[in-house]
Amino acid sequence: MKTELIVLTAPDLMLASMLVLALIGLGMRLGLGVSRTLTVAAVRTTVQLLLVGLILETVFSQARLTWIMSIVLVMMTVAAWEILARQKRKLKGWWGFGVSAFSLFISSFLITLLALIIIIKADPWYTPQYAIPLLGMLLGNTMNGIALGMDRLVQTAWQQRAVIEQRLMLGQKDREAIREIARDSMRAGMIPIINAMAAAGVVSLPGMMTGQILAGSPPVEAVKYQILIMFLVTSGTGFAVITVLQLIIRRMFDSRERLRFDHLLREPR
Amino acid sequence: MLRLEDLKIPNLEPVNLTIEPGECVGLSGESGSGKTLLLRAIADMDEHGGQVYAENIAQDQVRAHEWRRRVMLLPAESQWWFDTVDQHFSAPAKHIEALGFGQEAMGWNISRCSSGEKQRLSILRMLSNCPRVLLLDEPTANLDSSNITRVEGLVRGYLSEHHAVAIWVSHDASQLERVSQQQYHLSDGKLEQVGAA
Repeated sequence: MKTELIVLTAPDLMLASMLVLALIGLGMRLGLGVSRTLTVAAVRTTVQLLLVGLILETVFSQARLTWIMSIVLVMMTVAAWEILARQKRKLKGWWGFGVSAFSLFISSFLITLLALIIIIKADPWYTPQYAIPLLGMLLGNTMNGIALGMDRLVQTAWQQRAVIEQRLMLGQKDREAIREIARDSMRAGMIPIINAMAAAGVVSLPGMMTGQILAGSPPVEAVKYQILIMFLVTSGTGFAVITVLQLIIRRMFDSRERLRFDHLLREPR
Repeated sequence: MLRLEDLKIPNLEPVNLTIEPGECVGLSGESGSGKTLLLRAIADMDEHGGQVYAENIAQDQVRAHEWRRRVMLLPAESQWWFDTVDQHFSAPAKHIEALGFGQEAMGWNISRCSSGEKQRLSILRMLSNCPRVLLLDEPTANLDSSNITRVEGLVRGYLSEHHAVAIWVSHDASQLERVSQQQYHLSDGKLEQVGAA
């Protein structure tokens, strides 16, 4: 009983955009100061998604490994960049970028690869209809987790540097002196995905599953994919946050277990 | 027992100093003269040149946290990170009464302690770890006179009982006379013995 996909037309989208326009108008009237950012964001989402749609259509029809890999590279670079941009305390340039990119790689990239080859068994493994959306979903979530965990760790350690040093003075190991802060940061990085898993299907219908159902998939098939995604995203985020916390903590202390923010953070200008 | 050999920190001439077991050295100097930085270097909390020995063990011969367990720095402002006092002690506290507390003080909530209470508790916390070298950065700055006497007596007793040594930083010359055998003064980047020609 597969239903036909109902194709959306430009006028359909225009109707939806009227709602956003109405919101912008109301915001302006009440002087709430969101109209500008809202306009920019709405235009951005339209242009970016249309562009990506065009690119994906070409890539899907060709399925060439080099093309797919260059898209993957762009996605990961932008994600690493985005992580750094969200940090309140700026990490040292290339090192910060390297840490974000590395943890994205070993979580999102490797887990996507694993899922494509071992679980989904797409043929060829880089079949873009599977590879790109899967990686996109993993990247989006791990990126969030890394950004949150990293920000919490660096920010808290900075605020509590006197406490960390006091603990070192009492003869604690560097790992011991930062243990509670590291735990806290791990939790901060994992909370969004844990919440998403707990609420899935009860409070919210996850976007991917909704999309598949709208596209005519039987709900149970869509659900199976959603469970797969949830597990991949959770493990990806977890591994990514652990990696990033370990790398930063290593960098935060020197070989004599001294707190070294000068190794970690950019000099304030 | 504690020996500083050409200890180099920024803006200070290389420091040479030897302290015998049971002895205390008093250190004075204006704010910003480098007293705290000197103590931090001895505890290996900052990068520095030269060498420090405690009981003939060189600083870089042992791991940093092991060094700091022997050579313990008491910062001017103590820090507390758990909810209650006893959570901050890795060994049972001794000498609780000597600083004017009852046993129930161990169960106190940190947020309800005054700065003077925290100061005295931080001294108990330090001594509970049985350090060999005490680096005391203005240990009685927040205390009233009766508690100052208690802290002075406790530290003196600890040093002679354990044959430990201390460097005691204070702005109060008469206090340094009471607690230490030699006094040094830090000014213009130089460490000079007080009373020496």
